[in-house]
Amino acid sequence: MTLDLLPTGKRARITAVDWSRMASEEAKRLQALGLEEGARVAVSHRGVFGGRDPLALMIGRMSVAIRRAHAAAMQVEEL
Amino acid sequence: MSRQRKVALVGNPNAGKSALFNALTGARQKIANYPGVTVERKSGRCVLPTGESVEMTDLPGSYGLDSTSPDEEVTSKVIRGDFPGEAQPDVLVVVLDASNIEQHLVFAQEVIALGKPTAVALNMIDLAERDGLVLDSAVLAEELGVPVIPTVAVRRKGLAELGKAIAAAATSERDHGLAPLTLTERRVAAHAMADAAILSESSRHRLHARLDRLLLNPWLGPVILFALLFVVFQAVFAWATPFAEALEAGVSWLSTAVVAAAPPGLLRDLVTEGILAGVGSVVVFLPQIVILFAFILAMEATGYMARAAFLMDRMMASVGLSGRSFIPLLSSFACAIPGIMATRSIADPRDRLTTILIAPLMTCSARLPVYAVIIAAFIPNSNVGGGIGLQGLVLFVLYVAGILGAMLVALVLRRSLTKGAASGFIMELPKYQLPRLKDLAIGLWQRAWIFLRRAGTIIFMVTIVLWLMLSFPRAGPGEDQIDASIAGKLANGLAVVVEPIGFNRDMALALIPAMAAREVAVSSLATTYAVAAEDEEQAALALGDQLKAHWSLPMALAFLAWFVFAPQCLSTIAVARRETNGWKWPAFMLLYLFALAYVFAGLTYRLALAAGL
Repeated sequence: MTLDLLPTGKRARITAVDWSRMASEEAKRLQALGLEEGARVAVSHRGVFGGRDPLALMIGRMSVAIRRAHAAAMQVEEL
Repeated sequence: MSRQRKVALVGNPNAGKSALFNALTGARQKIANYPGVTVERKSGRCVLPTGESVEMTDLPGSYGLDSTSPDEEVTSKVIRGDFPGEAQPDVLVVVLDASNIEQHLVFAQEVIALGKPTAVALNMIDLAERDGLVLDSAVLAEELGVPVIPTVAVRRKGLAELGKAIAAAATSERDHGLAPLTLTERRVAAHAMADAAILSESSRHRLHARLDRLLLNPWLGPVILFALLFVVFQAVFAWATPFAEALEAGVSWLSTAVVAAAPPGLLRDLVTEGILAGVGSVVVFLPQIVILFAFILAMEATGYMARAAFLMDRMMASVGLSGRSFIPLLSSFACAIPGIMATRSIADPRDRLTTILIAPLMTCSARLPVYAVIIAAFIPNSNVGGGIGLQGLVLFVLYVAGILGAMLVALVLRRSLTKGAASGFIMELPKYQLPRLKDLAIGLWQRAWIFLRRAGTIIFMVTIVLWLMLSFPRAGPGEDQIDASIAGKLANGLAVVVEPIGFNRDMALALIPAMAAREVAVSSLATTYAVAAEDEEQAALALGDQLKAHWSLPMALAFLAWFVFAPQCLSTIAVARRETNGWKWPAFMLLYLFALAYVFAGLTYRLALAAGL
C-alpha cells in the first residue's frame, strides 16, 4: 500500500520510497523532515472541501504537510 | 577583553529562536540584510550574567548544513566562518523545541560536530510538559557533550542559566566534537538520545491536535479562514477610525498653528500646503497599517499561518502554485517587498518566479491610504445588514479583485512563460502557541517604524518636489496656479492618455509621484488641492470634501480600479530585480500591470457610467 491510501488516523511504517518520482531538491526536503525508509507516520488530516490533497502527516510529535503525488511514492505497512 | 564577542542562535524553523532572541536582546535590535543577498540579518546586544556584553545574531532557521534554500545557505556559511564580510560567531547557541527533540537533534548534532564552543537551549519546555512529556536535560548534555539549558523564552525562564552557559562556553576550549555522521546515522542517534532523555510520556490529549481537528477540518477550516480574513478587513476600517481621526485633528491643529505663527509667504506655504498636507495625509493611515500587521504577525506567531497555507494549497494548485506561495502573498498585503523576499522559501524556481510576479497584485498597505480616502469620500457609511458596513464591504471587494487578478495571471503564466512540472508542497505545521504580547509589539514597532521612516524620507522629499513643481512658475493674475505650473503642464500631457479611462488632470498628476510610493497618490492629491485652493477656508477643507467637489463617482471607482492593478512602487521593482537577477522580469511585471490597470480602470469607468452612477 502507498501512503496516500493509508486511512486517516491509522499508523504505518514507511518501507520503501521511490525517490526517482520527485525532484532531488524535494527528496532532500522530505528527508530533512524525517520522511524516509523506516519512519513511522500517520495521516492526521486530508484535503479541503472533499478533495484528497494535501495531506497532514504526524511524524513523531511533528506535523508535516505534503501532497498526494509524493505520498504515492512511499510504500507503507500498517502497524 | 579586546573586542565584543559574537554569539549566534541556530536551530530548526519553529524552534522558538526568534522569541528567545527577543528575550535575550530586548527591544533594541538592528535589522539589516546580509551583504549581497536579501536574507534578513537580525542582531542585538545581550548582557551576560558575568557583565560581559556580546553581540547576538538570530540566524535563519535551517534543517541542515547541506542547504536547500538561500536562507539555509546563509546559516551554513556564517557558522562555518565562510560568509564574506561576516565574522564567525565565537559561541553557537543551538535552539531545540523540547517537544520535538528527535527531529531537532538531527541538525543539532551536525552543528555540535563542528567543534565550536556551543550551548544548547532546550526551548519551550513548558509546552512539552503541557503535552505530558518529562525530559532530563542532564542526559542530553551527557550525550551531546555540551551544556543543555531548559528555557521558556516567552516566560523569560532559564535565561540567566543560558547566559552563564554562553559565558562559560566562550572561555572554555572544546576539543571533542562528535564525529561527523550521515543524515541517517544522525537520525538514528537522535532517536536513541530522545528515548534516553524522555523520562515519561503520557498520552495526554494534545491541545494542538484538537485545534487542528477544527481548523484543518475539510469543510469548517476554509470557512473559518475566510471568516477570519473578512474580520481582519472590517477591523482595519472600524478599529482604526478613532486613532486616524485623532491624528488628522493633530495635523490640522499643527497647520493652523503654523498659519497663525508664521508670516504669510512661500516658506509658510511650503510647510502647510507641502509638508503638512502631504506627509500628514499619509501618516494618518498608520493605525490601519498597524492593525493589518498585527493580524499577520499574530497569525504567524500562533502557528495558524502554516494551517492557512495548508488550507489554501488546493486552491493554489489549481492555478499551478502551492500553499507555500500563500505566505509570501499574504505578507504582500502588508508590503510586496517582504512578500517577494519571503518567496525564498519556495524551492521550485518557476513557482517562485510566478509568485514574485503576482505579489504586487496583493493589495499592499501603501494602497490602503488611497482606498481609504476615496472610500470614505464616496461610499456612504451605511449598513448593508448583519452589522456589515458598506465601506468595509467595498474594501473587501477591492482586495478580492486583486486576489482574483493574481490567480488569473498565475494561471496564464504557468501555462506560458513559467511553464513546467507542477511542484510539490512540503511544509512543517508548527505547534500552536500563545504568543507573548511583547514579542508581537516588537514586530509591530519594527514595521511601523519602517512606514514612518518612508513617510519621513521618500514621501517627505517627493512631497516637497511636487509642491515646488506645483508652485512654480507662479501664476499670473487671473491664471490658475496648477495650469501655470510645471507639474500641471506635465499632467495635462498625461491627461490625454488617461482621459479615455475617466481620469482628470489632478488624477493624472497623482499617478506620477505614486510610482515612488503608492500612498503618495494621497499626499499629492492633498498638496494639489491645497495649492489650488483660492483661500484659507477652502484649503482647510478635508481631502475627502475636496475630492467630492472635483470628482464624480465613476471617476473615483475607476481610480480605485487603477490602484488594484497599478504598477508597484520603485522599491518593489528594485527588489524584484535583485531577486530575479536581472531587468527582464521586473520590466515584464511593470508592463503587464500597467496594461491591466489601464484596461480595468477603463472598464470600471464605462460600466459605472452605463449603470448611471
